[in-house]
Amino acid sequence: MDILPILSTLRRHKVTAFLVILEIALTCAIVCNAVFLISQRLERMQMFSGVAEHELIQIQAVSIGKQNDAAARAQEDLIRLRQIPGVTGAALVNQVPFTNSSWNTSVKLGPNQKQATLNATQYFGENLLQTFGTRLVAGRYFNADEYLDFEAVQRDQKLQAKVGVIVITQALGERLWPGQSALGKTIYLGETSVRVIGVVAGLIRPALFNGDASAQWSMAFPLRMNVSNANRYVLRAAPNDRDRVIAGAVAALRKADPHRVIIEKKTLDEIRSGFFQNDRAMAGLLVGVCIALLVVTALGIVGLGSFWVAQRRRQIGVRRALGATRRNILNYFQTENFLLATIGIALGMVLAYGINLFLMLHYELPRLPAVYFPIGAIVLWLIGQVAVLGPAMRAAAVPPVVATRSV
Amino acid sequence: MFAYYLELALRSLKRNRVLTALMVMALALGIGATITTLTVLRLLSGDPLPQKSAQLFYPQIDPNAKEGYIEGQTKPDQLMAYPDAMNLLQAHRGTHQAAMALTQAKVMPKQVNARPFFSDAVMTTADFFAMFDAPFQYGGGWTAADDDGRAQLVVIAGFLNDKLFAGANSVGRVIRINDHDLRIVGVLKPWAPQPRFYAQDLGGRSYGDGDAVFLPLQTARAMEMGPQDTECYAAVPDIRHLETAPCEWLGVWVELDSGAAVADYKTFLDGYVKQQVALGRFQRTETSLLDLMGWLRQEQVVPDDVRLQAGLAFGFLLICVVNTVGLLLAKCLRRSAEIGVRRALGATRREIFTQFMVEAGIVGLAGGVLGLLFAELGLLGIRHQPAEYASLAHLDTWMFMFTFVVALVASLVAGILPAWRACVLAPAPQLKAA
Repeated sequence: MDILPILSTLRRHKVTAFLVILEIALTCAIVCNAVFLISQRLERMQMFSGVAEHELIQIQAVSIGKQNDAAARAQEDLIRLRQIPGVTGAALVNQVPFTNSSWNTSVKLGPNQKQATLNATQYFGENLLQTFGTRLVAGRYFNADEYLDFEAVQRDQKLQAKVGVIVITQALGERLWPGQSALGKTIYLGETSVRVIGVVAGLIRPALFNGDASAQWSMAFPLRMNVSNANRYVLRAAPNDRDRVIAGAVAALRKADPHRVIIEKKTLDEIRSGFFQNDRAMAGLLVGVCIALLVVTALGIVGLGSFWVAQRRRQIGVRRALGATRRNILNYFQTENFLLATIGIALGMVLAYGINLFLMLHYELPRLPAVYFPIGAIVLWLIGQVAVLGPAMRAAAVPPVVATRSV
Repeated sequence: MFAYYLELALRSLKRNRVLTALMVMALALGIGATITTLTVLRLLSGDPLPQKSAQLFYPQIDPNAKEGYIEGQTKPDQLMAYPDAMNLLQAHRGTHQAAMALTQAKVMPKQVNARPFFSDAVMTTADFFAMFDAPFQYGGGWTAADDDGRAQLVVIAGFLNDKLFAGANSVGRVIRINDHDLRIVGVLKPWAPQPRFYAQDLGGRSYGDGDAVFLPLQTARAMEMGPQDTECYAAVPDIRHLETAPCEWLGVWVELDSGAAVADYKTFLDGYVKQQVALGRFQRTETSLLDLMGWLRQEQVVPDDVRLQAGLAFGFLLICVVNTVGLLLAKCLRRSAEIGVRRALGATRREIFTQFMVEAGIVGLAGGVLGLLFAELGLLGIRHQPAEYASLAHLDTWMFMFTFVVALVASLVAGILPAWRACVLAPAPQLKAA
């Protein structure tokens, strides 16, 4: 294919050619970044929680009035909940993954360290880890005799020192002691110190206000909650039993105390889906914009292509009369479009990189992976070729006799 | 003359229906996307109290330890500890001043069989209502004496009054909150600043209905109502006695009516902090006194996603405009012969230019009308999104008019190049060719 005549024609239609290039470049830049943003959102929605998500239910129930026997009430509630057919575990806990409400504390590695190393979340509740279904990778869970009442610990400073042991996540251990086993290590929280006796594969924080990088910085303590300081009942049941278990649990909790307000009763799947709904909405919106952009660009190419063909009818007729085949004419317009698209894509890549740099600066986005460039190029080449096919076929259909008519 | 251009333009647009439809459609999509995102952006960066926001200030101080402090760079804390909040209030340096925290009130309806429910509540001090221009339907607020005396009284929102008392004047009646009987002294008219600026960082949502219950701070604390958000800056011996714990949980607002008052207050605030440093309570001297809008900016009430969407929409509009330039140019070059005839018959360049700009303008107006439709669709989509502000996303008169401004500007900008090319065309060769 001869490129030189195409180039010389384009040189005579600088403005129109430039507009096509500009449109392709802008589309390429925006679509590359938008697709990258979509992939980021989708990846975020896959975030590892470390718990048995499809089996968990959270019921939030708040008692009205002063609770004089809060600890007994909690134990009775849990016994009633465990009796519901299908329930394989129940716990009263201070916080639950994906609920956006969390208890956090700063963690130090030495008794005299002034500034905290990091901030991690605190999970409290008897049998919390077993009920959540976290996976133990080292050490052990808490023994029954290690649990203390949270209320007593809160009231009595001396008891705080007796908490003694914690279970942490692998990610937190790796962050605190890179390359070493966390087992047996000591961390300092406020005035007290605790020893790591167990490490779980993962346990996500309930809220990610501190950024996704610290999503797995969680600690579990052997503390027993009661109805005056916790209101989140977590139940575990087979996925198919969950709806029935929720109904049974609400009835059981109401029976135990009629003056209760049930604030929420949801499966963890529902809670998780709610947690990521902004990401889902944004990803959907970006997909819509990408499609609209590509369609507008394609239509623009069709429009300009048609105009171009109409304008060069005579020129095409002359070429046909001089012996050019239909295929030659078709190829001419396809090559022309390919050339314009290539320049546009090259410009678009630079622009895409620039936009990515700007986004990295202002929105804490990672660098655009190089793989997006060839994919973006192929998509735009394809769209250009598809869009120009119609006008090019019309050009190829121009009969040679046109050359003789209007001159 | 204009009518003639209009007729010419319409005729030319009709001649090439597909191309015209393409241009209008693309422009409308770009405009629709831009107006949708701008409406949300405007909603989120709006002024919650336009008549008062310039006089409302948010003092901030920093009771944290010296470690990690970089002079001139470390920002003071968002919330305030109880002793500091009380010291600032009792100094009475502003026209009004109030401290506040958010909490949940368990409301027990009097009706038999009615279930108790939770309502958003604010524990605050007497000046809250006057300072924030909260309008009363019945009754009024409480006094500083009520604050100190832990008076068992409450102000409720209109919607709670509708729910509990069917909208009747309930002043003087009793409402049971957290197992205490409180006397209603005031009922507010509908009042819900968007965003709920005073709730920033206090642990509440930013949009939606206003708060339902307003109680005197001391009264609420005596009833063991706790704040939604507590930030502690030192080891806490007893978290239940928040008043003495090294914890921040209050937001303080002051009303300052003049520039001089603001400068005076800043001096006072700096002086207060220096005094606390001298007393050994504080180590850091940084203070801040932002006005309401400045505070909202610092709090970044506009989510990143919304900014990103607006940027994306503008990029989209840009592409649509480039698209329109290309198509208009294509159309105009195709009409070289017609232009040549008009020029030969005496039309000036200016007239040709105007004619083509009118044509572009018509495309713009059509794009605007269709774009408005797309924007309404977009906003309908936004209202079905999960965000707190979703239900507030509506096109107002300003944005309605702005749509046409954007449409006209976009199309006229797109029209300049084609119209210029048309008017500089030399008539003679065109006539010959035709």
